[in-house]
Amino acid sequence: MHKLTKSFSHLVLPISVMTLLIIINLIKGADYFRITMVNGAFYGNIPNILFGASELVILSIGMTLVTAASRGQDISIGVSATITSAVFVQYVLQAGEVTLLTIVVGFLLSCVVGLFLGAFNGTLVSVFKVQPMVASLILFTGGRSIAFMIDGKLSPILANDISNHIGTVIPGVPIQTPIILTVVFIALVAVLFKTTNLRLYVETVGINPNAARLNGINPKKIIFLTFLIMGICTAVAGFIAVNKAGRHDSVNLLKLIMMDAILAVAIGGNSLIGGKFSITGSIIGAYTIEMLNRTLLRLEIEPATIKVFKAVFIIILMVVSSPVVRVFMKKALDRVRTWRLSLSQPKESALSTTYIAEKEEE
Amino acid sequence: MLSETILEMKDISKSFPGVKALDSVDFKLRKGEIHALMGENGAGKSTLIKVITGVYEKDAGLITLQGEPIHFKAPEEAQNKGIGTVYQEIMLCPNLTVAENMFIGRSHSPVVNWKQMNEKAGQLLDSLGIPASPVQELTSCSLAVQQMIAIARAVDMECKILILDEPTSSLDEDEVHKLFKLMRELKARGVGIIFITHFLEQVFEISDRITVLRNGKLVGEYETTSLSQIELISKMLGNVLEDITKIKKHEPIVSDTSIPVFEGIGLSSAAGVRPFNFVVQRGEVNGFAGLLGSGRSESARAIFAADKVTGGEVRMKGKRVKIKTPLQAMKQGIGYLPEDRKGDGIVDDLSVRDNIILTLQVLKGFFKPFSLKQAQTFAEEYIKKLNIKTPSPNTPIKSLSGGNQQKVILARWLLTNPEFLILDEPTRGIDVGTKVEIQKLVIKLANQGMSLTFISSEIDEMIRTCSRLIVMKDREIVGELKGTELTETDVMNVIAQGGKNICTN
Ligand SMILES: Nc1ncnc2c1ncn2[C@@H]1O[C@H](COP(=O)(O)OP(=O)(O)OP(=O)(O)O)[C@@H](O)[C@H]1O
Ligand SMILES: [Mg+2]
Repeated sequence: MHKLTKSFSHLVLPISVMTLLIIINLIKGADYFRITMVNGAFYGNIPNILFGASELVILSIGMTLVTAASRGQDISIGVSATITSAVFVQYVLQAGEVTLLTIVVGFLLSCVVGLFLGAFNGTLVSVFKVQPMVASLILFTGGRSIAFMIDGKLSPILANDISNHIGTVIPGVPIQTPIILTVVFIALVAVLFKTTNLRLYVETVGINPNAARLNGINPKKIIFLTFLIMGICTAVAGFIAVNKAGRHDSVNLLKLIMMDAILAVAIGGNSLIGGKFSITGSIIGAYTIEMLNRTLLRLEIEPATIKVFKAVFIIILMVVSSPVVRVFMKKALDRVRTWRLSLSQPKESALSTTYIAEKEEE
Repeated sequence: MLSETILEMKDISKSFPGVKALDSVDFKLRKGEIHALMGENGAGKSTLIKVITGVYEKDAGLITLQGEPIHFKAPEEAQNKGIGTVYQEIMLCPNLTVAENMFIGRSHSPVVNWKQMNEKAGQLLDSLGIPASPVQELTSCSLAVQQMIAIARAVDMECKILILDEPTSSLDEDEVHKLFKLMRELKARGVGIIFITHFLEQVFEISDRITVLRNGKLVGEYETTSLSQIELISKMLGNVLEDITKIKKHEPIVSDTSIPVFEGIGLSSAAGVRPFNFVVQRGEVNGFAGLLGSGRSESARAIFAADKVTGGEVRMKGKRVKIKTPLQAMKQGIGYLPEDRKGDGIVDDLSVRDNIILTLQVLKGFFKPFSLKQAQTFAEEYIKKLNIKTPSPNTPIKSLSGGNQQKVILARWLLTNPEFLILDEPTRGIDVGTKVEIQKLVIKLANQGMSLTFISSEIDEMIRTCSRLIVMKDREIVGELKGTELTETDVMNVIAQGGKNICTN
């Protein structure tokens, strides 16, 4: 029991936030969990959250790894995904007839671009020791213009069936394709962790790079590697996003998603200054953010003020989960416990005195 | 003389998940006394002082300072009330300057501006004989100097109580004497000093009283003069220590034709060692001797490529090999236990298990993770072998006592079974019982064919285990001692003279 609570303690925050949101939603309407079948696919609040959070979930995984190893965040992810997806769109558009092969090759091509962008950030951070945020600021600033150039200064439209299926549903499959792709991606990440020492290496580098080096791990390589993985994550997220949208809008695609990704990492119970990490936490964190966004919509809060509500919610969340409050809560709990003990003890002694008194009467 | 009690602790208990670190312990500190706190690794010494200073909150018990009950919530409060503390793990900021480290964050800071701060720091450094400049960055100081700076920071001339948790672990004799002189001065002023160490000679030299803890429980309080060393040890361990003189030193059989395991020619590194030659035979235990700053650790690091290698040539078993990174050294069968446990050794948030398997896992490869079961078996094996006190292999290493952390790092290297293992201060912070165990282990490993290089500030420990000592001075090898020359006085002489009267071969 003790062991159980220990190994899941980092998930307490995201899970309790999610529970809170579910309760709010159930109060608002008891049909929150209702799922309906439309044209052979599931729809409803929950499927919508899973659908909407796809890109965020994938990017949060990359963000978790980058944060853990480099002790900083990559803020160029949304922009990078815009570039990779621009390349994908261009490849698809230049093909006369769009077949599954076209899409796959286009996707692989965008992965190569993602790797390249990741390598760019990764080199700055690992070799030149630039702070991750500063390093990724370069792409963040200039990236959307690059995507705009690739687009040929247009906003190209992806009008083929396969793209439509990837962005919505494949006929005959009841679950929306982005949800499936996300699950597959998570599964691949799980396999990666199972078959390699990625976790041990990344955590060691993030906690104590000196010790890592003296035990044969090259911190530079590991930090670089996390940025490469981030590159793949951006390519996949860009792929899903552009197929969902059906057109490539280089200005607004995945705009400011890095904020939510960083937040997902934090809600997931991860330290933003590196070290031990939990991918599971970040994934739950990402779904929680999507749920929060949709809850605010569902509560019919005015779109103009929705951001304020979100900010307030996040502030409360961060304060509640901060180490200061956590230590305070722990101490308070301890005090309650000792107080209870001291309450129960006098009772016993009171009992024994009455017992003695009775005896004396005898 | 009846002296007045300044600090009294009654029935103190403190538990951590899985361990009762303190179990109704009483402790009393009198004015103007030096009170040694003794016990094995994990006995609860550091926890006791952290309970005083408010790093940890006690579960039960009462602490009074000059009759007033106290209850510090943070270590700064203790400092403000005149309790200066040097913790076991140096808690300074590596990228601040020496002067900043000495004064920043101190409440009754005697300084108002930077110029004055540097002047004051300079004076204090001089008076304690610390070889550092106030404006120097802390990272550029050796571990020993950092330890002295931590002491300088804690010593406030106004303080009532000074707590020193293993302050001498990386100091050599000279510095220990400087520290003792300072302690005696403070004592004469009526400061009560709590002193924790694993060096018994130091306890008998300086302390007035000794309190012994064992497994979180109080064994007793004794006048130092009323105890013998043997008695003290048996109180700490709960049984009698095996006679260490019985350890039989291992003499390697070296014939002229045998190929050395390791041969370095003209090795040098960015840390500034002069190019040196170094040969290690199979099954040999040798050691680097010298004063602090003589280049012992730097030489060891040059062999392992822990610092950037700037020149030289290495042969392993006669074959020329390239060693430019620690990984290459590891792959050639070289291991290196670093001097700075906190900075270079432990990965503090990771479990004891991960810390033990780390190196072997890296050698095995990125794509070949051990199964959890296998890792657990390795960890359990070494926890047992080295008697590591931990609630479970899953516990983060940072919650272990200092000595037990050291054992974990040692286990990490033993698990890889290297051909040539360099141990830089392997017994730092380790209790007397375990020290003997480690010395025995070194000799046993050599008997099995492992070659070891042993670096220690304790000369007797080196003499007991090494068949050959390489003497260093000013980052240069100045001589070598072996066989009958290996006596404590000889070694001291050579170190002091810088090897003038010996032939180098
Ligand atoms: N923060 C912590 N969390 C969990 N357990 C702890 C923590 N600090 C200490 N312990 C445990 O409490 C016990 C006593 O530790 P302590 O550090 O007081 O030992 P010590 O006597 O100072 O030993 P050493 O000589 O090795 O420094 C150990 O079993 C240790 O594992
Ligand atoms: Mg200790």
